[in-house]
Amino acid sequence: MAIVVKRPKLKWWEQLYIPGIISGMRVTLGHFIKIVSGKKKVTMQYPEEKWDEHLPEHYRGAPALVKDEQDRERCVACQLCEFICPPRAITIKPEEIPSDDKWAKVEKRPKAFDIDMIRCIYCGLCEEVCPEQAIYLRKDYAITGTSREEMVHDKDRLYEIGGVRVGLVNKWNELK
Amino acid sequence: MSEEKSDLIDVQINGEWHSFPKGTRMIEACREAGVEVPHYCYHPKLTSPGNCRMCLVEMGMPPRPRPGEDPPEPDEDGHLPISWIPRPAIACANTIAPNMGINTESAMTEECRKGVMELLLANHPLDCPICDQAGECSLQEFSVEHGKGESRFREQKVKKPKNVEVGPRIRLDDERCIMCSRCVRFTDEIADDPVLGFTDRGSHTVLTVYPGRELANNYSLNTVDICPVGALTSNDFRFQMRVWFMKETKTIDVNCATGANVTVYSREDKIYRITPRQNNDVNSDWMPDSHRLNFHWIESDARLTDPLVKKGDTHKQATWQEAVATSADALASLEGSEIAVIASARMTNEELLMTNRLVKHLGAGHVDTVTRTGEADGYLISADRNPNTNGVKLVLGLDDPGSQIDAIKEGIEQGRIKAIIALQENLVEDADFSADLLGKLDFLLTSYPLANPTADVAHVVLPSAGWAEKSGTMINVTGRLQRLNQVIDGPGQTLESWEIIRDLIQATGGGNGIYAVNDIFKQLTQEVSEFEGLTWGQIGDLGIPLIETGETIPLLEREAERKAKGLIVG
Repeated sequence: MAIVVKRPKLKWWEQLYIPGIISGMRVTLGHFIKIVSGKKKVTMQYPEEKWDEHLPEHYRGAPALVKDEQDRERCVACQLCEFICPPRAITIKPEEIPSDDKWAKVEKRPKAFDIDMIRCIYCGLCEEVCPEQAIYLRKDYAITGTSREEMVHDKDRLYEIGGVRVGLVNKWNELK
Repeated sequence: MSEEKSDLIDVQINGEWHSFPKGTRMIEACREAGVEVPHYCYHPKLTSPGNCRMCLVEMGMPPRPRPGEDPPEPDEDGHLPISWIPRPAIACANTIAPNMGINTESAMTEECRKGVMELLLANHPLDCPICDQAGECSLQEFSVEHGKGESRFREQKVKKPKNVEVGPRIRLDDERCIMCSRCVRFTDEIADDPVLGFTDRGSHTVLTVYPGRELANNYSLNTVDICPVGALTSNDFRFQMRVWFMKETKTIDVNCATGANVTVYSREDKIYRITPRQNNDVNSDWMPDSHRLNFHWIESDARLTDPLVKKGDTHKQATWQEAVATSADALASLEGSEIAVIASARMTNEELLMTNRLVKHLGAGHVDTVTRTGEADGYLISADRNPNTNGVKLVLGLDDPGSQIDAIKEGIEQGRIKAIIALQENLVEDADFSADLLGKLDFLLTSYPLANPTADVAHVVLPSAGWAEKSGTMINVTGRLQRLNQVIDGPGQTLESWEIIRDLIQATGGGNGIYAVNDIFKQLTQEVSEFEGLTWGQIGDLGIPLIETGETIPLLEREAERKAKGLIVG
C-alpha cells in the first residue's frame, strides 16, 4: 500500500528559504570555528595514522575461518554461508574426512573455501547463519590486491586471518 | 451408476465429508482430501507395519445404541453423529469405514505427534550441518511442524555404529536411523534380496546387514531414496552438494527401453545425482543402480567440444560452417546408392524424423540403426538397451532395426558403399566395424558426444549433445511416448543431433523452416499417423500410451499382484 507523505504547509517567509539557509550556515560556522581554533579534530592522516584501536567490537571487516583451541577446523562445509551470501562471494567444495583422521567423527570438511573479496559486501550474514561457529567477520578492512585472483581469499588465507578462537561451543567431543 | 455409488464410503475428515472407495487407507483418504498426515514408515509401494506411530490421528465412529435406546438420527445428508474414540489410531494401516470421522487437527493428534517426535529425536544426533539428507529430511520437516522445539532429554545419547559400509554403493549411519524399516521391506519385497534387519532391543536397536552378506543388488540405491532420514547415503553423492542448491529436472532414463522416469539434480551445468520419479505405468518409484550412476561420462575429458575435419592424417579443429560445408561437398559428388546412413535408437523421435528427411534428401541407399541387447533382469531393465527402438520402427520406418548392418559392411567391402553418415553411434566399438573397413570409405562422417575409435578414422567429426543436453520424445518398450528434457547445456560447440542433421540437409540444398525441437514435433504429428493430434504439452511429465507393443514390465506386474491382494496401496 502506498503511503501518502504529508507535506508541511510553508509560511510565506519560509518559502523564501533565506531564514533556512542562514540557520544552516550558523551551524557550519560553529564547526568551522571549533576546527580552526583547534578545539575539535575530525580527520586523520591515513594511512600513517589509523583508527584501528577505536574499531568497535561489532565492526564487520573481512570474513575469516577460525580454528578452536584443539586446532580443529570448525567448518564442516555445510554450505549454508554459500547459500545465504547475497552477492554469492563464497564457494565451497566439501570433502570427506579420511577415517584415520583424529576428527573422523566429524566426517566432513571443506576441501576448498573461497571468498571473493571483490564481491563480499561485509554484511555478516555468513557469521550469523553458521551453525558451527566457524566463520567470523574480523576487523581487517584494508583488503587490497593487484589482480582479481589475489582478491579471492582461499582456505589458507582465511585461516590465517581468522586464527584461533577460544570459548566456542564444543559440539563434537566423543560423548556427544 | 448405482453400483459405483455403493462402493463409495462417506468419511468425515476435519469436519468435512468426503467419499472414497471401500478399502482406502485412512492416510490415503486424508491425502486425497488435501490433508497431510505426517509419516515415516508408511510407503504406498511397501507393506505397512505401522511401527513409526507418526501417523496417529483421532478417529470416531457413530455411537452404538445401548439395548433399548433409540439409534442416532441421521442429519439431512444421511450422516450419523460421530462419537470420538479416546484412543488414537494409525492412519497408514487402517482402512476407512462408513460414517467414520478422522481429525488430524485435534489436540490429541497434536499431542501424539509431539510425543512421537520427542522420542524419535531423543537419540537422533544433531548433525544436520554435515548430513546429506538435510533439506529433504522428513525428520527435519516434521520436527519443525510438529516438534516441541526443545529437548527435555538430559541423558547421554546412545552410541551406535557410524559410517558403516553396508554395500559397495551405500554407507549407513545407525545413529541417524529411526527404525522405520522401509529399507528392510524394500530389499525383502521389491528387490528380493533380504539382507537388512534389526538387532538388539529398545533404544539400542540397530539396523544391520546380515553377517557375511552385503547390500549389493542392482536396486540398492533405492533404499537411499526412501530412507526418510540420512541413515543410508549414497557413496556416489555423499558430501558432493547440498540438496537446496540443485535444480530438479524431470526427464527419462536412456539406458534401456524401459525409460524409467527420473529427476536429474544439477547445479551450474554439472549433474550431481539422478533419482527415480514416480510413474506407476513405467517404473513405479524405483530404478536400477547401474542406470542411475551412468551419468559421469557426461563431464568426461573425452567429450568432443569442437567440429573436427581431417586434413592429411590429422584432425583439425574447424567451425561448424567449415565442417558442414566439407561434408556437403563430399556427399554431393556421390550417388545416393553409394551413401549409407547409420542412425541410433538412442536418438529422439525428433532426431529420427530429421534423419529420415536426410535419408530421403540424399536418396541414401542404405539406412539402419545399431542394436544393443542384454539380459532382462526381471525387474525394470529391459533386454533392449536402446531407449527408443520403437521410435526407430515408427519414425524412421525400419521394420527390423539392425538387420542391414551386415549388408552395409559387405557393401563397403565390395566398394558399393563409399560414404557413411554415422549419427550417435560408435561403429568400431558398438557395431563391429573394423577401422580398416571404415578406412576404405571415401567419406565417413560421425557425430558422437565422446572421442572414440570411429572418430579416429572419420573425415568429419561433429560433437553432439549427450542425453542430458537435449530435448525430445522417445517411445519406451511398452509403447509409451515420453519426454526427454534438457538438463544442462552441452560443453563447447556441441549441438543437438537435430540441429546437426538440419544443417547437413540445408548445406546439401534442402530447405526447411525448423528452428526449435517443437517445430519438428509439430511435423511429426502431421507426418506420422500415430502422432496425429498430439501436442508437446499433452505428453506431460508422465507420458502417454502411444502404441500397443504387448510388452510388460515385470516389476509392475508383481506390484499389481500385491496391490490386488491388498498388501500395498500401490
